[in-house]
Amino acid sequence: MALRSAPPVETLGSDTVPLKRQLRRAEARRTLRAVGLVLPAFAFLFVSFVVPIVSLLSLSVQNPEVPEVLPRTAAAIRAWDASVLPGPEIVAAFIADLREADRVKTVGRAGKRLNYDISGFRSLMLQTARDLPPPETPAPRLLDKLKALDDRWGQIEYWAAIKRAARPVTDFYLLAALDRTRDIQGRVVQAPADSAIYVNTLARTFWISLVVTVVCLVLGYPIAYLLAGLPTRVSNFLMILVLLPFWTSLLVRTTAWIVLLQPEGLVNDLAVFLGLIRQRVPLVHNRTGVYVAMVHILLPFMVLPMFSVMKGISPWHMRAAASLGAGPLLAFWKVYLPQSMPGVAAGSLLVFILALGYYITPALVGGANDQMLSYFVAFFTNQTLNWGMAAALSVILLNVVLVMFAVFHRVVGIDRLKLG
Amino acid sequence: MRGALTLVVLVITAAAIAGLLVPAPATAQDSITVTSWGGAYSESQRKAYYEPYLQKTKIRVLEDEWGGDMAQIRAQVQTGKYKWHVVDVETDHVLAGCDEGLLERLDYKAIGPMDQFLEGTTHECGVATISWSTIYAYNADLYPAGAARPSTAADFFDLKKFPGKRGMWKSPKHNLEFALIADGVPVKDVYEVLKTADGLARAFRKLDTIKSQLVWWEAGAQPPQMLSDKVVVMTTAWNGRIYDAVVKHKKNFVIVWDGQSLDYDWFVIPKGHPQKDLAVKFIAFASTPEVQANQSKYISYGPTTKKALTLISPAILKDLPTAPANMKNHFRVNAKWWADRREELTEKFNAWLAK
Repeated sequence: MALRSAPPVETLGSDTVPLKRQLRRAEARRTLRAVGLVLPAFAFLFVSFVVPIVSLLSLSVQNPEVPEVLPRTAAAIRAWDASVLPGPEIVAAFIADLREADRVKTVGRAGKRLNYDISGFRSLMLQTARDLPPPETPAPRLLDKLKALDDRWGQIEYWAAIKRAARPVTDFYLLAALDRTRDIQGRVVQAPADSAIYVNTLARTFWISLVVTVVCLVLGYPIAYLLAGLPTRVSNFLMILVLLPFWTSLLVRTTAWIVLLQPEGLVNDLAVFLGLIRQRVPLVHNRTGVYVAMVHILLPFMVLPMFSVMKGISPWHMRAAASLGAGPLLAFWKVYLPQSMPGVAAGSLLVFILALGYYITPALVGGANDQMLSYFVAFFTNQTLNWGMAAALSVILLNVVLVMFAVFHRVVGIDRLKLG
Repeated sequence: MRGALTLVVLVITAAAIAGLLVPAPATAQDSITVTSWGGAYSESQRKAYYEPYLQKTKIRVLEDEWGGDMAQIRAQVQTGKYKWHVVDVETDHVLAGCDEGLLERLDYKAIGPMDQFLEGTTHECGVATISWSTIYAYNADLYPAGAARPSTAADFFDLKKFPGKRGMWKSPKHNLEFALIADGVPVKDVYEVLKTADGLARAFRKLDTIKSQLVWWEAGAQPPQMLSDKVVVMTTAWNGRIYDAVVKHKKNFVIVWDGQSLDYDWFVIPKGHPQKDLAVKFIAFASTPEVQANQSKYISYGPTTKKALTLISPAILKDLPTAPANMKNHFRVNAKWWADRREELTEKFNAWLAK
């Protein structure tokens, strides 16, 4: 009791500062130094990785074209309820905007955005801007003038598209990436079947990645097991063979598979020569070709983490199991396999995520029905410059990966991963 | 092993960083950078344009290559860091780039009279430099002398007369038009028919008839390779690639010009380039008929000026898309129409592929 009520006795250091505080200071200094050391790396990551990715992904909801090019129209059309054709003040604002946009050459920008919604809107805008009714036309007659120019201006859906595009933020791209669209009243509806492709492509992307991961695992596990059991000198040599594909360009390897697998190719020649088959089998330009080429490219990513984990499993464990009466299979199952799981998990996750992003390989060795989602990301980024759509598809893919990652964490545990 | 793994990671990182480094742009007054598509095509430009230009003006043309990613031009315009003075682009790029304000508007007073060019080869944002075409070709080794050989667009779709796999470009463009022509639509009405839902369905129905036999290609180098490997008996292709395989690699390929589609490559200048004048000067030189006529000696693409056509020898002219004999049943790719409908039809085309 007396001890508890006694005032705390501070141990004094040499220069009369309490030792505890000295220790705390020293620790704080060390933390500061550590933070200082990793700060450049974090800053680099932030500037070169986080900022560009976030800013690109944000394009999937940005919608500046119509509000910027047609500001008065965008303001006026928001109150319009899309049940009848817009009134004269909206049409007048639209024509005033278009006149100004034609002067500063920005009609194409708004036209391109509207064309994403309704094909043909681009040329409609450009054509209309060229032949605008004269400025002195009375406002009530403007809509008739537009209709005379092109009867599409008499259809509500074209005006509704302008209304949909009039806000600076939009869900248009994200909906489109999920094969959804909005109708005239603004309700979310299924896209027509003849142009709904992205959900299917997403499912296909996952299926192909999953199959590739499983095949890599089945092929890679014995390789890693073999390498881990060999003396270092031999295993290093064999490891070079595993890594060899890294020294060849991805395109060269893919093209090499086309040469090998095509109907008049080496594999078929050999099979016919050996009498295994009579009719030459198509092995490339179909799903088989995609699997073969992707597994070949991704196999090292599976073998490496598994190898490094297996290398750390002491051979004594297996011997101990054997001495306790377990047969080789049981010992492997109960002792070796569980210990190698972190490597299996890391390799599988690595291969799966890398496989999700493939598009050149499926494009070259795949058939018509083997396109993966990144193909369309590249198409929209590079070919049509529809970065909103590219970003939306990326957002969908990224989110699905994050969900997968969370599930994976629940089931396996990220802390158990071992990448090397 | 950890050491080896670290090494791998280091190598991969180093390679990634090296890929990010862009060579410093040449800022010297006596050179400009012209970007084109590489391969035999760039070689023909080197001989016909770049080398004579150096001799004439002492301005060296530095070469760069691209694959048609407009994003690269957009990045240069948006950041103001220009790598390229002049870019060789396709018609789509001219229209899209002009709409988006990524390309300089050209003053034809500095380039040459508008009427020296063939119809449809001038645009406010670009000058056409060559005409090329999408044709189909077959491997004549597979059709011995005396046997019937494909000669019309309809033959491409005739599996009874000419069985076997066919190659086609994995894109709705050209294929839809070509299918309609093979189905009997006159070339001048192709886009009128294709504009309607019925016409589009008709094009897809025609493609359906050979869908099981189609092999799709993505890169221009694939068709000659597929013909050579006998993966296909016939394939659509870009005429220059087939010509190259015939002349340089002595392949026995034959081009069918019936139903060919004409298109152009254009010279454009990225918007806001500080040395725009130098770029214009080069384009003006490359648009003179004598210089243009010279290029067809090195590759089978046609010139875009009227006078250049008269300067080319008949032996070369017969292999050009614009030779009168090859133009009997052709259509011009309607780039404006495609600018409107490219994304929609790419989606429909992919939905059709997946069916």
